[in-house]
Amino acid sequence: MARIVFTQQLRRFTETPEVDAPAPTLRAALDAAFAANPRLRSYVLDDQGHLRGNVVAFIDGRRCTERVRLDDALRPDSRVHVMQALSGG
Amino acid sequence: MEKRAWVATRKGLFELRRRGGAWRIERVSFLGEPVSMLLPPQASGRMFAALNLGHFGVKVHASDDAGVNWHELPAPMYPPQPPGEPVAGIAWKLHQIWAMEAAGDTLWAGTLPGGLFRSTDAGESWRLVESLWNQPGRAEWFGGGYDVPGIHSICPHPVRPGELLVGISCGGAWVSLDAGASWALQADGMHAAYMPPEQAESPNTQDPHRIVRCAAQPDVLWCQHHNGIWRSSDNAKSWHEITNAPLANFGFGVAVHPDHADTAWFVPGVADQQRVPVGGALVVNRTRDGGRSFETLRAGLPQQDCYDLVYRHGLAVDDSGEGLLTASTTGNLWASDDGGDRWAMVQAHLPPVYALRFG
Repeated sequence: MARIVFTQQLRRFTETPEVDAPAPTLRAALDAAFAANPRLRSYVLDDQGHLRGNVVAFIDGRRCTERVRLDDALRPDSRVHVMQALSGG
Repeated sequence: MEKRAWVATRKGLFELRRRGGAWRIERVSFLGEPVSMLLPPQASGRMFAALNLGHFGVKVHASDDAGVNWHELPAPMYPPQPPGEPVAGIAWKLHQIWAMEAAGDTLWAGTLPGGLFRSTDAGESWRLVESLWNQPGRAEWFGGGYDVPGIHSICPHPVRPGELLVGISCGGAWVSLDAGASWALQADGMHAAYMPPEQAESPNTQDPHRIVRCAAQPDVLWCQHHNGIWRSSDNAKSWHEITNAPLANFGFGVAVHPDHADTAWFVPGVADQQRVPVGGALVVNRTRDGGRSFETLRAGLPQQDCYDLVYRHGLAVDDSGEGLLTASTTGNLWASDDGGDRWAMVQAHLPPVYALRFG
């Protein structure tokens, strides 16, 4: 099961559940987390479902550069970290 | 009655109360977070704050007890962008809420990148006003101060429900007579010094920095434009330039007296390429005769080494027409009780001020 973890910076706005999900892609893992807390979606994705400009995702320590489709593959034991980009202030 | 006002800043929302003849900060909400706009408590008791979180997007919060407790509501959201869009490279993504107004039970939100949103359920949901968003003329809009165009002024008609005007930087002024079902571009008479001659008179490329409507004489509108001051006395069918404002015709804020349409206030800056007070002295220009003449009001305002800029929502007048507040992007706030004749500093060292409103 892939595990997805969100930056603690988000906790002052909404709950950030740590989710274990059988997710084959980054988007599937995010969707699993949004199922646990629907409000979280708008903090991570924009109107068009793209990763927000000042949010970054890492898969097993590698920064994801595909920010539109979010179809980077996950391994069964991948760890995904969703962080704030310092470019956002 | 105790007066109240609200100050939306780069780092929080400040509630001001006036007691014993002096304004004081009563409460701070969202400390540390950018608050781009607010709507004071409405008849229902609900008020709204629009946040623009640096990383996590635009959020709307509501309070039903005048700012003591807040809860998050859905923010406006642009619909899926059709393949083949965008117009002029503009993504259908909410950048900022730049204006919020109420008209009866309807809430309006003006945004960057240029979409107008409506809520008819007290902010529980929002819908893009597609009739304006789908105007072919939107392709000519462009950013003014931001990378994308935006709606900063929403002027509902106080008597005729469903009638409203919106001001767009840069996209002129648009009027709907049917609650947003259809729109007409109504910026005739304005001219844009920043455009080539062929485009200078085009109403769709005007940059009205701020437009306000007189409550008692709603056919009168005042506009502080990028390169001048304009006034309409026929509900935006035509606009007439006011050319004799002292010191400078550049600025962002404008306020109009709620009862006397000929009385309006402005806070001039040198020019777009130098956005500071003329000669380092902060002033308010006031006309009481529809722009035929002006007084330059200085008493109580810093008159040397001042570099404050009052942004478009940083000047407000109360329901009496005598109480004024103005605040700068430097974080200084001043008040007047006599229509601007004399000013007193309320607070220094605030975060940069985006908007202030009585209510």
